[in-house]
Amino acid sequence: MATSRELVSSEYKFGFHDEVDYLEETKAGLTRETVEAISRFKREPQWMLDFRLRAYEHFLARPMPMWGGDLMQIDLNKIVYYRKPSEGEEKSWDDVPDKIKKTFERLGIPEAERKFLAGVGAQYDSEVVYHSVREELSKIGVVFMGTDQGLKEYPELFRKYFATVVPPEDNKFAALNSAVWSGGSFVYVPKGVEVPLPLQAYFRINAENTGQFERTLIIVDEGAKVHYIEGCTAPIYTTDALHAAVVEVIALPGSKVRYTTIQNWSNDVYNLVTKRAHAHAHSTVEWIDANTGSRLTMKYPSIYLRGEGATAEVISVAVAGKGQHQDTGAKAIHLAPNTRSRIISKSISKDGGRTTYRGQLKVVPGATGVVASVRCDALLLDEGSRSDTYPYIDIQEDDTTMTHEATVGKISQDQVFYLMSRGLTENEATNLVVQGFLEVFTKELPMEYAIEFNRLVKLEMEGSLG
Amino acid sequence: MSDQDLIIRDLHVAPAAKPDHEILKGIDLAVGRGEVHAIMGPNGSGKTTLAYALMGHPAYVIKSGKVLWKGHDLLKLSADKRARLGMFLAFQYPMAIPGLSVASFLRSAINARRSGLNPDPAVDPTDAFKGGIPMGEFRKLVREKMTLLKMDESIASRYVNEGFSGGEKKRLEMLQMAVLEPEMAILDETDSGLDIDALRIVAEGVNAMLNPNMGVLVITHYQRLLNYITPDTVHVLAAGRIVASGGKDLALRLEDEGYAPILAEAGLEGEVGDEAPDGATPNEAAAPAMEAAH
Ligand SMILES: Nc1ncnc2c1ncn2[C@@H]1O[C@H](COP(=O)(O)OP(=O)(O)OP(=O)(O)O)[C@@H](O)[C@H]1O
Ligand SMILES: [Mg+2]
Repeated sequence: MATSRELVSSEYKFGFHDEVDYLEETKAGLTRETVEAISRFKREPQWMLDFRLRAYEHFLARPMPMWGGDLMQIDLNKIVYYRKPSEGEEKSWDDVPDKIKKTFERLGIPEAERKFLAGVGAQYDSEVVYHSVREELSKIGVVFMGTDQGLKEYPELFRKYFATVVPPEDNKFAALNSAVWSGGSFVYVPKGVEVPLPLQAYFRINAENTGQFERTLIIVDEGAKVHYIEGCTAPIYTTDALHAAVVEVIALPGSKVRYTTIQNWSNDVYNLVTKRAHAHAHSTVEWIDANTGSRLTMKYPSIYLRGEGATAEVISVAVAGKGQHQDTGAKAIHLAPNTRSRIISKSISKDGGRTTYRGQLKVVPGATGVVASVRCDALLLDEGSRSDTYPYIDIQEDDTTMTHEATVGKISQDQVFYLMSRGLTENEATNLVVQGFLEVFTKELPMEYAIEFNRLVKLEMEGSLG
Repeated sequence: MSDQDLIIRDLHVAPAAKPDHEILKGIDLAVGRGEVHAIMGPNGSGKTTLAYALMGHPAYVIKSGKVLWKGHDLLKLSADKRARLGMFLAFQYPMAIPGLSVASFLRSAINARRSGLNPDPAVDPTDAFKGGIPMGEFRKLVREKMTLLKMDESIASRYVNEGFSGGEKKRLEMLQMAVLEPEMAILDETDSGLDIDALRIVAEGVNAMLNPNMGVLVITHYQRLLNYITPDTVHVLAAGRIVASGGKDLALRLEDEGYAPILAEAGLEGEVGDEAPDGATPNEAAAPAMEAAH
């Protein structure tokens, strides 16, 4: 029997995105002309073109990373680096295959969002929702828009912070993103403003393609507070084999930022993401990050604790099934005294899937009074699955309090029996144990996301048990 | 005897890991609805093994024998189906499920129990938003039973048995029994680990749950519990067999004299195994019995 997960990904392959007409589309492969064309299409200022070209040169010069996952299968010459969706595109919900609709239903995604996620109805209601949300936000001075638009409307602010957290030279895929970036969110929260509701990225991305090279820039001014949520649990359809995003967060003194990601890529995607935050004095930055789907994910949300008394927290989850490798982790770089960090990583490997925790904890000399903890728990659901832990720890200051814990476990027969003795089937029992294992992550999500996420994990588990 | 009774016939059970090494060597027992039976017996005599075998623990294999209940060949059903038919086991050592809150656990269990043997596919017992018991009704039920067992409501948001004291675990088992309303309840040393007051509270709670529709099998080492929950019959399990059965005085006698005289009457002094089980050498068959009898 085909599992629902398989149905989803195979349907997606010859799914409903095949006939999109691209008005302005670059040819496959990356040349200097492509980069210039992208910048020209977007009518960007000269400095951005220069920036893109500098990044392009670095991308060419930089070798493929040899650590982490296997990147040898990516053919960079076959990738289309820019496409702009056609305006008049119209597709009907009736064209969406029943199986896909069922998956959305099982995930409990509301009807309006389902249509959007299935890529039908370009004038989707989200636009309406987004507009009213934006109006509310602008009353309190909050900027929440596409990154391209941010560059146009807030040129000084944009330029002041753009690429200051992740320079193009950071790594090969950050360089690639810098050269060809398109889409993503631009957020600015003014001094002292607390945004009352989470900013949800998927209300904003309306007719835009799910950006394969999206670039997000979030600036949270002094004493301000915001929660940004990216993604959703529905499988993300894409014709692109590569997703290389960059996310930059600047948390100015005394601010608080939480960035939540739930993404579920189809199983042929390489998801190579650079996410980094600068945490200034007494600010708090939290990455709440789930990785399911994709063929290979390499993602290590980082926090540079630059100001005294800053706090960092990363809670991440990775689920790897058949043919998948989740190479994920977190970095906390303590550059100032009395900073704190807490990293919690949970991974599940099943059906021969592979998870890797790769983290870094660094304390520089003079950063006294640091308190840091790292905890990685891996759950292996069967014999052929694999999990490795590489916690690089570099502490150059004696006055540091550090704990590190790593566990690898299996679901015990006795736990499953205990739950079965209360009437739950073996699958249900296993699911509850898994849900419990992930609870430290799930409890951080807004309730509707938590419910969806549990359902998503359940579908993934059925894939392994069914 | 009716087909509503729990009927155990010549039940032989071995650990799945050591299938030639029988722990239970022929148990015969019938528990009718509304009846309370107590099982006592030395450490290692097979009491928990019997409880597990009745519930369907995969670590044990049934070598031979039959268990009938509610018209079903019980041994053919998986543990979850037995539970949904109304079988309940209060564990001697309840398992911790880290990260699973008591509230979601109870709700899932109630939903499963209520869905019976032919569950509605639209209901997912593990999903609070896919059918099952309405939130309000659930809260009311759990509150009521917590009051009965004098439990603190804060326990609902804790994780199942994680960091629970021995007594708290036992009380949570009783809370589960109270909300699941079983028709056959096996209490495996629920009294062990309870302080004097807790024992009384739990015993009174169990008494309140007793009803003409439910059979109860109480496994205990102490006659004290039986002061509260009066058994119709007391059985002594030793070396994998029931060696004596009687009224409540049997428990009193055991308390007084210990097991030696009764084992002696049963011819179980240090050596048993007049009939070695199939496939086992006499030595193998005798080994657990020796352990049990000393
Ligand atoms: N899975 C197993 N594998 C091997 N031996 C087992 C297994 N389970 C039980 N036994 C053995 O079977 C015997 C009976 O165990 P059981 O737990 O049923 O005893 P009990 O009567 O409940 O004892 P207690 O009063 O100490 O709870 C013991 O000798 C025990 O070591
Ligand atoms: Mg026992």
